[in-house]
Amino acid sequence: MTETIMLPGVKALWDDVESRVAAGNRFAGLFATRPAQGAGSAGVAGSGRITLSVHVATAGGINTLEALLPPGAESYPALTPRLGAAFWYEREIHDAFGVVPEGHPRLEPLVRPGSPEASALPRHVTGYGIFTIPHGPVRSGVLESIEYLVETPGEAIPHLNMRVFYKHRGVQDRFGGMTPADAVLLAERTEGIASVAHALAFSHAIERIAGCAPPVTAQLVRVLHAELERIANHLDVAVRLADAAGLAVATARFALHKERVLRLVSRLCGSRFGRGVVVPGGISAPPLLPPAQLRAELDGLAKPVAADATALMTTSSFLDRLRGTGPLTPERARRHGALGPVGKAAGFADDARLARPYDAYRALAVPSAKSHIAGDALVRLRVRWEEVDQSFRLLRQVADDLAERAPDLYSVTCQPVSGRAVGWAEAPQGEVLYDVNIEGGRITRCHPRSASFHNLVLMHEVFTGDILTDFPFIEASFGLSVAGVAL
Amino acid sequence: MSIWVLRGLRDGVVTTRWPSKPDDYADAWRGPARPLPAALSSDPDAALEALCPTGAIAAERGGNVHVDQGKCILCGHCVAQRPDVFAWSQGATGPGAVAWRRNQLIVPELPETDEAVEAARARLRERTAALRRSVHIRHVDAGSDGSEEWEIQALLGPVYDIHRLGVFFTASPRHADVLLVTGAGARGMTVPLQTTYDAMPDPKVVIATGTDAVSGGLLAESDMTTGGIAATVPVDVWLAGSPPSPFGIINALLVAVGKLARDTNPSPSAGLTTGSRGGRRTR
Repeated sequence: MTETIMLPGVKALWDDVESRVAAGNRFAGLFATRPAQGAGSAGVAGSGRITLSVHVATAGGINTLEALLPPGAESYPALTPRLGAAFWYEREIHDAFGVVPEGHPRLEPLVRPGSPEASALPRHVTGYGIFTIPHGPVRSGVLESIEYLVETPGEAIPHLNMRVFYKHRGVQDRFGGMTPADAVLLAERTEGIASVAHALAFSHAIERIAGCAPPVTAQLVRVLHAELERIANHLDVAVRLADAAGLAVATARFALHKERVLRLVSRLCGSRFGRGVVVPGGISAPPLLPPAQLRAELDGLAKPVAADATALMTTSSFLDRLRGTGPLTPERARRHGALGPVGKAAGFADDARLARPYDAYRALAVPSAKSHIAGDALVRLRVRWEEVDQSFRLLRQVADDLAERAPDLYSVTCQPVSGRAVGWAEAPQGEVLYDVNIEGGRITRCHPRSASFHNLVLMHEVFTGDILTDFPFIEASFGLSVAGVAL
Repeated sequence: MSIWVLRGLRDGVVTTRWPSKPDDYADAWRGPARPLPAALSSDPDAALEALCPTGAIAAERGGNVHVDQGKCILCGHCVAQRPDVFAWSQGATGPGAVAWRRNQLIVPELPETDEAVEAARARLRERTAALRRSVHIRHVDAGSDGSEEWEIQALLGPVYDIHRLGVFFTASPRHADVLLVTGAGARGMTVPLQTTYDAMPDPKVVIATGTDAVSGGLLAESDMTTGGIAATVPVDVWLAGSPPSPFGIINALLVAVGKLARDTNPSPSAGLTTGSRGGRRTR
């Protein structure tokens, strides 16, 4: 169910995308590529035309719709006025190629550090007493570098602007020329707190090109690490929310649970972030803990996590800070295709594990998500606890399955020569997408799209009626990573 | 509210006593790759060097094999494919986990660096003599992948709790003694990092935290990074790891401020200053 469709022009492409989104498909990303001038066997003049690719997620797969820009085109009609979700994607394209999406509301640098003039504070709201609080890129606390420009008359936040380019590392360009075996290491470091999901999405793309499938045991171990990563990330959000509310004991409790999860991961594979486990074609090595011991460790973790979560969700002083804070409307979530817990909390659940299952999720009974509608910080946290509960249930199934299975192969040969494919995986933040192109066994282009990139832009939308002191709650409730945004 | 009092008591004290008492997890940690003692390069040198995605391996034909642990991202390719030549180094806290000079991270150590190391160490000791009982840290992310921040945040949690060592995080660089820098040196962060460093009062110590900060790691070749943070701020202590473990970071902090000598193995008998508890200071 994964196909690439070429359309005759940009207008036809946008029309097609719009009708698909209206029909219930999800806009999953807009990328541009330009083959190097003279690249390719013939070095044909006229190569170097920019291709626009839109990824649309459906039940069962991700379709790619494409159109070529005319040779030498310096602009094209923007998609953003028709589909707001393309807002950051078109700014990224403008950063990379300088091509102007006409009709785009704001073309400031997004992921690449701009010229010195770009450091002037942009203003969007004017009026008596309105000023801008520049918060970042070096912020108080141990946080990733991002700058929030909060325009405020003092308490309310009529407008929030974000500048994410500070920690742009050139990850996407770095993929070029790497072998898949090395590139999976870079995928793990694209968004370090979702290493496993990124390695999975990348490997799925490689496996799709090569036409290989990992052995069943490897598929189970992949799920094992992906779900442990999900639990660790959701616990991290709980730590940050409890900390923002000043609940010292709750902060310490969830930090303790998170540390225990990371230690379990390190005892399974030697890395606290599950790095080096996933390789194209399978996994690099069997888990270092026997399944019976893993099962015991999981049981020892699940109970106290659930008990502390229950305690947190009945602490009224905490709930008061989250209820109604940073609400995302269901309409906006659906139009944007909001990913992960942010989308699920606002009635838009598109979990890749259910809709487009991969690895052992095809065989395991993935519990479907409860439906929510409020879309505020409280519901986002509730969704996370439900996911933690689901993850523990999946992990128990995985541990039992691993115990029953005879020793098996851990990987198959997976060395694709040429081709292009899209791979996906459900990270704790939502779906991660990799669009990979390989020629001669080496990567010519790899475009990662993290859930953080897709979801962070929604922070613009959720400050209706909230004040400055709600900021840390809203930021934490999104649970995103800047590394995955700026790449 | 009272429910949290009871929940807080559930697991008793979970805080590590390291470094005054040994901790099983501290050195169970897998460190960067190292060549096995007297490993000689018999293959064509390119074959061994090509094992490493970050170019950390240097091998001359028939000569010693060197691994630059400041470039090692712990992927394990070399250990998996040539277990006869490479092995993991063990432990985040032993000698070799931290360096005063960049070249010290190359194992086996190059002999000519000894004097320079001693000089760098003496200079640092002199500068940090005033920071014995209370150390304040400012963290700056200069293009990390996000995992280093998790490991540093863990220091504030109940398990590592660096407050017991008299170490605190501060929001303002004006109050900071130590600058903990993560990330490969993103060009967009060059000015903010420089500004933060300049805002700190003397004496100040800079710790390059993690392989990315030391050498740029996999992103060393990217045009958008400076290939490590040393291009922007002068580094006093180098800590490899991708990411370094929380114990590794505590170790580096204590070494940086002279609370822990690099060649002292932490054991109950070692005379260590553990912050407010007081005690003798080695060296």
